[in-house]
Amino acid sequence: MSAGWRAFVALVKRDLLLAFRHRGELLNPLLFFMLVVTLFPLGVSPESALLRIMAPGVIWIAALLAGLFSLETMFRSDFDDGALEQMALSPHPLSLLVLAKVFAHWLVTGLPMLLMAPLLGLFLSLPATGLYALELTLLIGTPLLGLVGSIGVALTVGLRRGGVLLTLLVLPLYIPVLIFATNAVSVAVAGLPIDGQLYFLLALLVLAITLAPFATAAALRISLS
Amino acid sequence: MSETVSLLQVRGLSCYRGEVCLFENMEFSLRGGEALQIEGANGAGKTSLLRIIAGMTPPDEGDVLWCGGRIQDRRSDFNSQMAYLGHHLGLKYELTVEENLRAAAVIQGGANSLDFLADVLQQVGLSDRADLPVRVLSAGQRQRVALARMLLIGAVLWILDEPFTALDAGGIVLISELLGYHLDRGGLAVMTSHQSIPLGSRLRRLIL
Repeated sequence: MSAGWRAFVALVKRDLLLAFRHRGELLNPLLFFMLVVTLFPLGVSPESALLRIMAPGVIWIAALLAGLFSLETMFRSDFDDGALEQMALSPHPLSLLVLAKVFAHWLVTGLPMLLMAPLLGLFLSLPATGLYALELTLLIGTPLLGLVGSIGVALTVGLRRGGVLLTLLVLPLYIPVLIFATNAVSVAVAGLPIDGQLYFLLALLVLAITLAPFATAAALRISLS
Repeated sequence: MSETVSLLQVRGLSCYRGEVCLFENMEFSLRGGEALQIEGANGAGKTSLLRIIAGMTPPDEGDVLWCGGRIQDRRSDFNSQMAYLGHHLGLKYELTVEENLRAAAVIQGGANSLDFLADVLQQVGLSDRADLPVRVLSAGQRQRVALARMLLIGAVLWILDEPFTALDAGGIVLISELLGYHLDRGGLAVMTSHQSIPLGSRLRRLIL
């Protein structure tokens, strides 16, 4: 196993251990995700025909916002206690370590939402074909949101109140993901193929995996200097 | 490692904070087995200088050279031979001493550095604290954990920003011994401190 790969694994393990020691905070994005979705039947209408139409958008917007609010924690503690400085001085490429951090963050925030989504889909009486499409789009979409978001977090981590700025920076970049993902789920419910939308999301994911770590690493170096 | 070649060289280094010039056209070089102590009043630019040498902040003018090449051009090579200990220790408070060191050794260090974990803990006097979370340690003990990490990484160049902070008399002796041993093996050190460090002629001083 190469030294770079071992560093990647060690960092993922370290972040998962840290998340496990902060179990309480771990639940926050997930609870937010569930609460927002359950508010819609209460606030709009409990009629299942209407909920079925709204479900893709509601679940995806809730997932997107929950992801956005948990973004800030991605580099915050490492920036404050100097661990990020030490990472930047590691002989391994910072972009590789960034990828490890984004992956660990996804395991902790994105994956639980992915597991919870079918249940919420059922709440909103989404049919099985829709649930399948919802899971697929979330599987491709949530890491994509994390990767794109990491650039914004890296740029704002040095600011004392970067939260609002982060939202303004990142949210416009999330719009294409939202459009393709919700469209895919709606189309799947109508019984049509969704290959086109999935390929588009996958293309975006490949692009983000390839480019985002470098942009994030460069932004972190600026934030640290 | 040759004792006659300057490993670390600083050429025409300048640093400005807004309109204020912290230092201008600074030149020095260090060979293996030499240490440099940087002194100066608060705000004189000691930490800024260390951060520039470590490659974290780009200098406004001038170059830092490692083995004759600019550190920006050989970052991976330079980073593998350098250890930086700043005001922020970079330890995770929720993890134990050992977990911290294990993760850091793989992320930052050489391939076999984990073999020395027990020895290093012994050296800094924390053998019986290895399973405690860093959160419950005192400030001086945390400083010792950070020192242990530096030893694990096995760097040639040590960059230390006020390493004596929070340490007791024993800790100060410990750092002096570690520094002496490091220099004996041909290592280099650049540090800021107000303490006088008993390293004899191997220690050079720079007043900012």
